Amino acid sequence: MKLKLVPIAALMAAVLASPSAMAQKKYDPGASDKEVLVGHINPYSGPASAYGTIGRAIAAYFKKVNEEGGVNGRQINMITYDDSYSPPKTVEMARKLVEQDKVLLVFQPLGTPPNSAIQKYMNAKKVPQLFVATGATKWNDPKGFPWTMGWQPNYQTEAKIYAAHILKTKPNAKIAVLYQNDDYGKDYLKGFLDGLGAKAKTMVVKQVSYEVTDPTVDSQVLQLQASGADTFFNITTPKFAAQAIRKAYDSGWKPVHYLNNVSAQIGSVLKPAGLDKSVGIITTQYLMDPDDKDWKESKAIKDWVAFMQKYYPDGNLHDVSNVYGYTVAQSLVQVIKQCGNDLTRANVMKQAASLKNLQTATLLPGVKINTSATDFAPIESVQLQKFDGTTWERFGEIMGN
Amino acid sequence: MNKRLVGFAILLLVACALPFFVSEYRTFQFTLVLIYSIALLGLNILTGFNGQISLGHGAFYAIGAYVAAILMDKAGFPYWATLPFAGAACLVIGFLFGLPALRLEGLYLALATFALGVSLPQLLKYHHLEEWTGGVQGIVITKPDAPDFVAELGIALNQDQWLYFFTLAVTVVMFVLGWNILRGRIGRAMMAIRDNHVAAEAMGVNNSMVKSLTFGISAMFTGVAGALGAIAVQFVAPDSFNIFLSITLLIGIVIGGLASISGALYGALFIQFIPNVADEISKAAPWAIFGLFLLAFIYLMPTGIAGAVRLAMARWQRKRQNP
Repeated sequence: MKLKLVPIAALMAAVLASPSAMAQKKYDPGASDKEVLVGHINPYSGPASAYGTIGRAIAAYFKKVNEEGGVNGRQINMITYDDSYSPPKTVEMARKLVEQDKVLLVFQPLGTPPNSAIQKYMNAKKVPQLFVATGATKWNDPKGFPWTMGWQPNYQTEAKIYAAHILKTKPNAKIAVLYQNDDYGKDYLKGFLDGLGAKAKTMVVKQVSYEVTDPTVDSQVLQLQASGADTFFNITTPKFAAQAIRKAYDSGWKPVHYLNNVSAQIGSVLKPAGLDKSVGIITTQYLMDPDDKDWKESKAIKDWVAFMQKYYPDGNLHDVSNVYGYTVAQSLVQVIKQCGNDLTRANVMKQAASLKNLQTATLLPGVKINTSATDFAPIESVQLQKFDGTTWERFGEIMGN
Repeated sequence: MNKRLVGFAILLLVACALPFFVSEYRTFQFTLVLIYSIALLGLNILTGFNGQISLGHGAFYAIGAYVAAILMDKAGFPYWATLPFAGAACLVIGFLFGLPALRLEGLYLALATFALGVSLPQLLKYHHLEEWTGGVQGIVITKPDAPDFVAELGIALNQDQWLYFFTLAVTVVMFVLGWNILRGRIGRAMMAIRDNHVAAEAMGVNNSMVKSLTFGISAMFTGVAGALGAIAVQFVAPDSFNIFLSITLLIGIVIGGLASISGALYGALFIQFIPNVADEISKAAPWAIFGLFLLAFIYLMPTGIAGAVRLAMARWQRKRQNP
């Protein structure tokens, strides 16, 4: 009798000693031994449909991952819906993904208004709203909205980097600021003033705003010039950025010109403003531009081109949005990899908040993704770049954390 | 007449049973269908029954939504109390907009309303109004729970089901109201103006008054729908109400059936579900697919879905009478 109990006791001891064996394989809706079901919302039609290519690049990347065996043996299946950049449609699609398709998480909804519309719902349902595609600072709010997380550098982070650069290179600068009078402009302005700290009061000699409805910003630029400033922080969207660059040059004002990343586009901003008038403009970047001569021959961009040709042959090889989609999809793959066999929604958020020095290939060398339970802002470093008349010249080191 | 009442009763019964058989998400979608049907009825009163084309009804939908959202957010109104205010605001604004717009006929009126539709989203971002409208950030609204008396009756309703029934009740009221207006004196005057405004004037119809009033009533229906839409979606922002909304409403009444009350319901089903179907068929070109659907409907049902249904019923009845 005694002898018979021994193996049973041993068995029980073994079971008790390995709690991990029992904790293995935890699933929430959308996850199983075979697959991880990811929801995705993107504007394929409507006013922002130019960003539709991001969704297609992401889908193509998951196809590649799945052909190569998936993540931890599971296929990543993505259901993607069109919201036409219309917040009511975003709500409908988010509900469809969560309630009907029963996805594990909702990935990369695009735009500040669509994401604002679903933030409350996603947090009430406790479903991850992961790596949203907008630069607003409000997505970094782990206390208020623990189920929502951004991805790209947010406006305040970027503005702080310009402030740091000014403090370092021109500590006695007299700064003029032009900003769009809405949450986007104010987000940048706040980051900039915070970055300058106590010196903001003396350094910033003039702040002027404009309305999206204004026909031009000519008079604002003249006001800024009249202030005697020698440094110009230009927080404008593409059309106004082009006007401001042209006016600042034509009026004979030659400030050190910082332009926000929102308008750091050669084709749609600098060309209309005049490439010769744009020489010396400083802005930031965090992704590799496939047209950048430094990266054209790099392994990262060559891999990306090979990926595009095989999985997304219709995609534009000059569009940074396709690099963006590729890079953000890699970040999600990393999160799912880290989740291991605990594919619960809570663990997805926990792992997304535990990314340490993640460097995917197409991020600029030195740009690292770091998150923690109190830091829901994955990319917080960028590199400054200056326009030389034909292309961007990156300079200095990677700034930010 | 009796047959019509029976049909109405059956429809209402099906509508009441619906949320108990479908998921919460579907219930939400059907709530949106009801909301669109009120908006479409509003536009149909103007375009179908009075012959005035509006390319800017999305603006009235937006005004209704914002009136509701601001009253709830700033003044602490309960959601149900915002509807009369939204309707009244749109009635007045629509009437006032209708006064000068009256001098414009056909395409010119279409352009004037188009101007209203494109400009309103930007006006909502205007910084002096920001304190109220929340600027581009919009306003987030809390979703209403089912009131206590429902639970006391022993019916457990979740938020979506309650909102569906609330919307259904408002829809029934609005449709009965619309039906009463249209078959009464004003309705006859509206149609007379549409068919021949000189003859209508000669018959003693005050053309300008009736046209402005029609504009106001039409805006009121759409405004009430907008307020319900804000409550259902729990969020308003200028980007929710771009010009595509106005175009979508116009598509809804043409597909549903011009000058038809039931057409509003068919049109609402179309604009709610067909874009989703198109999106599921092709991600690369959802609008091309949507266009194909549109063409197919226009060719196969030139008088709208309501017209096709009427035709089918008539044929069926003829067959029954002389087999």
